[in-house]
Amino acid sequence: MAVLGNSAGEGPRAKPPAMPGGRVAAALRDAAVTALIAFGLFLPLIGFLTGVNGSNQLVLTTRWPLLFGLVAVVTLARFVFSIAIAPYLTQQTQRSVAAPSAARDWIRRRFVPFAIAFVILYPAIVLLTAGFSRSVKWIDNFGIQILIYVMLGWGLNIVVGLAGLLDLGYVAFYAVGAYSYALLAKTFGLTFWLLLPLAGILASFWGVLLGFPVLRLRGDYLAIVTLAFGEIIRLVLINWVDLTNGYAGISGIPRPSFFGIPFTADDDGFAAVFGLPFSPLYRVIFLYYIILALAFLTAFVTVRLRRLPVGRAWEALREDEIACRSLGINTTNTKLTAFAMGAMFAGFAGSFFATRQGFISPESFTFLESATILSIVVLGGMGSQVGVAIAAIVMIGGTEIMRDLGFLKQIFGPTFDPTQYRMLIFGFAMVLIMVWRPRGLISTREPSVYLKQRKSVAADLVKEGH
Amino acid sequence: MAAAADTLLRVEHLTMRFGGLIAVDDLSFDVSQGAITALIGPNGAGKTTVFNCITGFYKPSEGRLALRHGDPATWGALDALTDSGARSATSAGGALYLLERMPDYLVASQAHVARTFQNIRLFPGMTVLENLLVAQHNRLMLASGYTLLGVLGFPVYGAAERAAIDKARAWLDRVGLTARADDPAGDLPYGAQRRLEIARAMCTDPRLLCLDEPAAGLNPRESAELNDLLLAIRDEFGIAVLLIEHDMSVVMEISDAVVVLDYGVKIAEGKPDEVRNDPKVIGAYLGVPEEHVDDAKAEAGL
Repeated sequence: MAVLGNSAGEGPRAKPPAMPGGRVAAALRDAAVTALIAFGLFLPLIGFLTGVNGSNQLVLTTRWPLLFGLVAVVTLARFVFSIAIAPYLTQQTQRSVAAPSAARDWIRRRFVPFAIAFVILYPAIVLLTAGFSRSVKWIDNFGIQILIYVMLGWGLNIVVGLAGLLDLGYVAFYAVGAYSYALLAKTFGLTFWLLLPLAGILASFWGVLLGFPVLRLRGDYLAIVTLAFGEIIRLVLINWVDLTNGYAGISGIPRPSFFGIPFTADDDGFAAVFGLPFSPLYRVIFLYYIILALAFLTAFVTVRLRRLPVGRAWEALREDEIACRSLGINTTNTKLTAFAMGAMFAGFAGSFFATRQGFISPESFTFLESATILSIVVLGGMGSQVGVAIAAIVMIGGTEIMRDLGFLKQIFGPTFDPTQYRMLIFGFAMVLIMVWRPRGLISTREPSVYLKQRKSVAADLVKEGH
Repeated sequence: MAAAADTLLRVEHLTMRFGGLIAVDDLSFDVSQGAITALIGPNGAGKTTVFNCITGFYKPSEGRLALRHGDPATWGALDALTDSGARSATSAGGALYLLERMPDYLVASQAHVARTFQNIRLFPGMTVLENLLVAQHNRLMLASGYTLLGVLGFPVYGAAERAAIDKARAWLDRVGLTARADDPAGDLPYGAQRRLEIARAMCTDPRLLCLDEPAAGLNPRESAELNDLLLAIRDEFGIAVLLIEHDMSVVMEISDAVVVLDYGVKIAEGKPDEVRNDPKVIGAYLGVPEEHVDDAKAEAGL
């Protein structure tokens, strides 16, 4: 592969390559320093182990093999890094931006239609490949779970990605949607399709309610107040026991029916009516298509909104609020609509969550959820629909896959519990992505309108909001 | 106090205090319809503060800022409006606005006062064309049925957006940025960003255009182009321009009237030639060639 833009006399950035021998020597020196540091650190931490013996005496044991093993691993890793990875990274940054190749362009153009076709056919593909009995897991744990987060990510993307308002309490609106569905369905026996828009309206009402006090706040202050708002909603749900049943949560939430036909094993259930053997799979597939339709609705509305004046005003607000006001844009209303729209989609997702689970409790709406949704938006690339979807698949699908890391037992022995390392691996992966792509997976901005030619806007020009 | 027939904006007894600091002290001047009025003075004289008061970004401590639309006879209703406590009054022939009572975005959208900024404030991550469409936000918002019709895909919005793009294109042609319409605004060279900011302000259909140092950082050729652009805005569109400027080649060539501020106080006002030869202005701001310093001092009584 030719190195682009490194021809002779190109300028100071084309440094002459170092002598191979010199590079190895430097890498060895680097590795030796690393080994010393690692030994110094690991000796007290890992080399010695204090414990209590049978007669309750303190004993000191040494763990030399483990200590030297770890030092060797670190040293080797450092050597490989400085001999191979570091030069590669420098070369990457020095290389001028390559023109998009034809193949890449083709993939980019076909990616979205292909992805849409795939998610529509996903249950069929799973049924064919995984078999009837194992499909429930793949459609429910992967399909539905991921799509809920895709939808939440797209909803939060309106607030954070487009309008540039950092919202750390997004899960509050998800909770409002879930509880309003659960309570109204249980108390008044209203149907899912009636309560879905109602949950959205209620959540967006809370979005506006949150929006008012934070209108004048920016940056860190805005983030803290939204965080507090999320916690307030959760604490109300815990403490207002008469209404919400507190920690115990609400169970027996009505499950969705197929246009009036319930998914039960009864004689008038879905399976019996259609002459099929009873299986929980039908409901799961039905739920899959509901959340898919909701996610598509979110994407469709967001794409439309971006091309409407309100969407452009959101982005302009992210870029420069004072300039917006000088052009006659009512920034108060613009911010409130962003909060309301984002909250509405969270409300939809929340009511779906309640009907899917059949049980909700405040445990499902902790700050960790808000943080997960926000990291999906940030990792995906703020403002990018495709990026957010990919990030949701990676993050949520990744955590699901890491639930069964059985193969690690074969490496680290039978006492090793892989599930405990799930979050560690996960955090490490996030750090890697942020090093590799600091502005998210898809960081370029697509303009909403063009005169002659659609050109992506480079990430470094796009503001991150306030 | 009667206003001249062609007065568009009346600034009366404008005072702006920040704590103990008086940035603008009892300033009064008029801006005429279809004229270019320059506001000059040394750094820190309070020029930008005056701008921020007129465009609603600051609420003046004291004073009245009245803007007229339409028939000059509307001025007769000024005192009645002031007493009524309302922001604006509309009559058959025109309308009056009290800018000191209006928030910034209403000054832009209702009173149609547009402005640019000393440190350029474009939307750098949006394309040049998008910048000009954001400027037409309120009209497009109405056409999209406050988003509802637009989301449902009603054709009425499509037509309005095409009209907005045509208008944007007309301004791009005028400021010579058509070829760069689809580039991000943050990628433009400095002079082009200044021109784009003026085009963006013009896309809001202003009656009064306030420009804060539009020639700062421009080379002589770009300054000359700016002069032509501002004269065209005045002559073809009949829009009044109020500008803050340090570049005397711009001020003296195109201004119809000049107001000179020093320490928040108006020290001179008049036609460019009168102001240029005013000893107080020379002493406070313009200065003289070194060989004439003694003469100037004697004239100013120093």
